[in-house]
Amino acid sequence: MNPDLVIDVSGLSKSFGGRPVVRDVAIQVRRGEICGFLGPNGSGKTTTIRMLCGLLTPDAGEGTCLGYDIRREAPLIKREVGYMTQKFSLYEDLSIRENLDFVARMYAVPNRDGEVDRTLEQLGLVGRQHQLAGALSGGWKQRLALAACILHKPRLLLLDEPTAGVDPKARREFWDQIHRLAADGLTVLVSTHYMDEAERCHAIAYIAYGRLLVRGTVDSVLQDSNIATWLVKAPDPAALARQLEGRPGIDMVVAFGTVLHVSGLDPEALDRAIGPWRDDPQLQWSPAEPSLEDVFIALMSRTRDELQ
Amino acid sequence: MGVPPEMLMTRFSLRRFWAVLIKEFVQMRRDRLTFAMMVGVPVMQLLLFGYAINADPKALPTAVLSAESSAFTRSFLAAVENSGYFRLVREATSEADAAALLARGDVQFVITVPSDFSRRLVRGERPPLLVEADATDPAATSNAIAALSHLAGTALARDLGGSLRHLQPGEPPFEVRIHRRYNPEGNTQYNIVPGLIGTILTMTMVIMTSLAMTRERERGTMENLLAMPVLPVEVMLGKIIPFIVVGYIQVTVIMLAARYLFGVPMVGSLFVLSVVLVAFIAANLSIGFTFSTVAANQLQAMQMSFFFFLPSILLSGFMFPYRGMPDWAQALGEILPLTHFLRIVRGILLKGNGWAEVWPELWPLLAFMLGAMLLAMLRYRRTLD
Ligand SMILES: Nc1ncnc2c1ncn2[C@@H]1O[C@H](COP(=O)(O)OP(=O)(O)OP(=O)(O)O)[C@@H](O)[C@H]1O
Ligand SMILES: [Mg+2]
Repeated sequence: MNPDLVIDVSGLSKSFGGRPVVRDVAIQVRRGEICGFLGPNGSGKTTTIRMLCGLLTPDAGEGTCLGYDIRREAPLIKREVGYMTQKFSLYEDLSIRENLDFVARMYAVPNRDGEVDRTLEQLGLVGRQHQLAGALSGGWKQRLALAACILHKPRLLLLDEPTAGVDPKARREFWDQIHRLAADGLTVLVSTHYMDEAERCHAIAYIAYGRLLVRGTVDSVLQDSNIATWLVKAPDPAALARQLEGRPGIDMVVAFGTVLHVSGLDPEALDRAIGPWRDDPQLQWSPAEPSLEDVFIALMSRTRDELQ
Repeated sequence: MGVPPEMLMTRFSLRRFWAVLIKEFVQMRRDRLTFAMMVGVPVMQLLLFGYAINADPKALPTAVLSAESSAFTRSFLAAVENSGYFRLVREATSEADAAALLARGDVQFVITVPSDFSRRLVRGERPPLLVEADATDPAATSNAIAALSHLAGTALARDLGGSLRHLQPGEPPFEVRIHRRYNPEGNTQYNIVPGLIGTILTMTMVIMTSLAMTRERERGTMENLLAMPVLPVEVMLGKIIPFIVVGYIQVTVIMLAARYLFGVPMVGSLFVLSVVLVAFIAANLSIGFTFSTVAANQLQAMQMSFFFFLPSILLSGFMFPYRGMPDWAQALGEILPLTHFLRIVRGILLKGNGWAEVWPELWPLLAFMLGAMLLAMLRYRRTLD
């Protein structure tokens, strides 16, 4: 067991009613690392996170979280983890302060009043502390939820789409906050659908159809994917897209205005596939740097094809 | 290694229990409608039930089946009418006729004067006068019957002057035999108002706690609660205890009304009663909490509560006399907390019972409570699986 790994699980599987939702997932996250957890809707992110903090029992697989066994020592994990649920799950009929007081009592936080004050301050919630949580807008609810899960000074944060529906400025502040916490030695696993957020992570893990497809740093994921992308400017991009889509070697065609992004996981196959159109004088072809999003979508469509 | 990790978590923490308790109190205070219901329901039920039952019906239709017509019978019947409770509407022609009148509900009472009534009266044989009452609605007949028994001593006072004076003092000169038909055990109004304490508590307490966990689940707060290091027993006690306070408020309202609106006597010790109340309320709360750990949503929880409430009022002796029920129903009734509580509360308020009489009914209550709590703990799921 590597003492530096805060999360170290492998072979995690879970099915609901016979339908596999998470299959053979392995995740390692080092101390102080921010790990982005990405994947399309229904790919099993929430389910995986719930297994990590003892809210769901895995059907198969084992490992440790904070050095505790995820099967046998869930109660101990719960004490040192801050889990922010995807759906707001604090009490809407309690005020911000009452919610935090409740959480602080639950974790037996020493000097409760002082800690609650400090956390309110830290997240800019002082002015609203007596508002009912149910009366807050989405962004403020997220802040309250974050406050509630860092209040007891956990060693690991599990954040499930913490910034969904939050405006860009608040999102940036949220991430600044997470980086400050990580700098203090906190480990973070955060699920998200935003690529700019993925790029702010030290490491990312991408899951689709319950399978972990890639993991590593953003750069290594881009490199390892070996993906190639061409940009093509066309007078009728929609018509061209229809022609290109689904050809062997082309994994993804996306329109951005009059420009199409055409990507493939095998550069040679991609070149062969677009060959017939390369010399069309109406089209302007140029190679492009693939983005994370290109990689993920291409990975996802290939996995879907493999599963069918 | 020191302390094994499991040990650290399995110990009850007063602090976490306290956290849940405070949270529940704050939420209860915010939920004005529920709070109003908790106080409003007992008042409403009490007024409805109490006044409906407390009505003291007069001039009840009565038939007479008289085999003789003498001065004595005339005086007696006059006194019967003068009591105000009876209105002589019919002369029954035969026993069969009288029985039919009663069965159809045409009359509430049939008074039968035997053929040799006067003769035996004069001889001092204390002849019986049979009064049959339709006691399907005991509240309707109980006062009338009470008045009737009293009449035996006074109705013939004037007729029994002179040589018959020796029949007067002490024992009444004749005997009024009362047959309550259709309902062997006539409950009185005093029986019912104390009983209401039990039924109202059963209803409100079970419903309120049955929503306790389902509400967390439906509002999505369950996930957060489960993610926290809290023990099931801490959650259970934290959610149950606020309702003991609510239960006490309800009882106070009912007792005050019982005393001042209905004049129910309170012979026994209110201290004993208040101790028993804790056990009874807790028993209901724990069954409610058990329901809430089983039910998938609030609607199911409500249905389970009613499923429990119905046998409680039907089989506990609140609605129907316990001894009138078949054995299997009595056996079921013995399990229910309300059955035992009704005996206790009636015993304390009306008979002045103390610990010695209360205990045989108290321990089944406690056993039920522990059983329900145990079940709740077994059913409490600590994961979202
Ligand atoms: N308790 C449950 N019972 C049955 N099916 C479930 C349950 N929880 C999740 N699922 C199913 O498992 C799959 C994965 O769900 P999960 O919530 O883990 O996805 P996700 O990656 O978090 O998606 P999203 O990005 O939309 O939040 C979905 O198809 C979902 O319907
Ligand atoms: Mg999710």
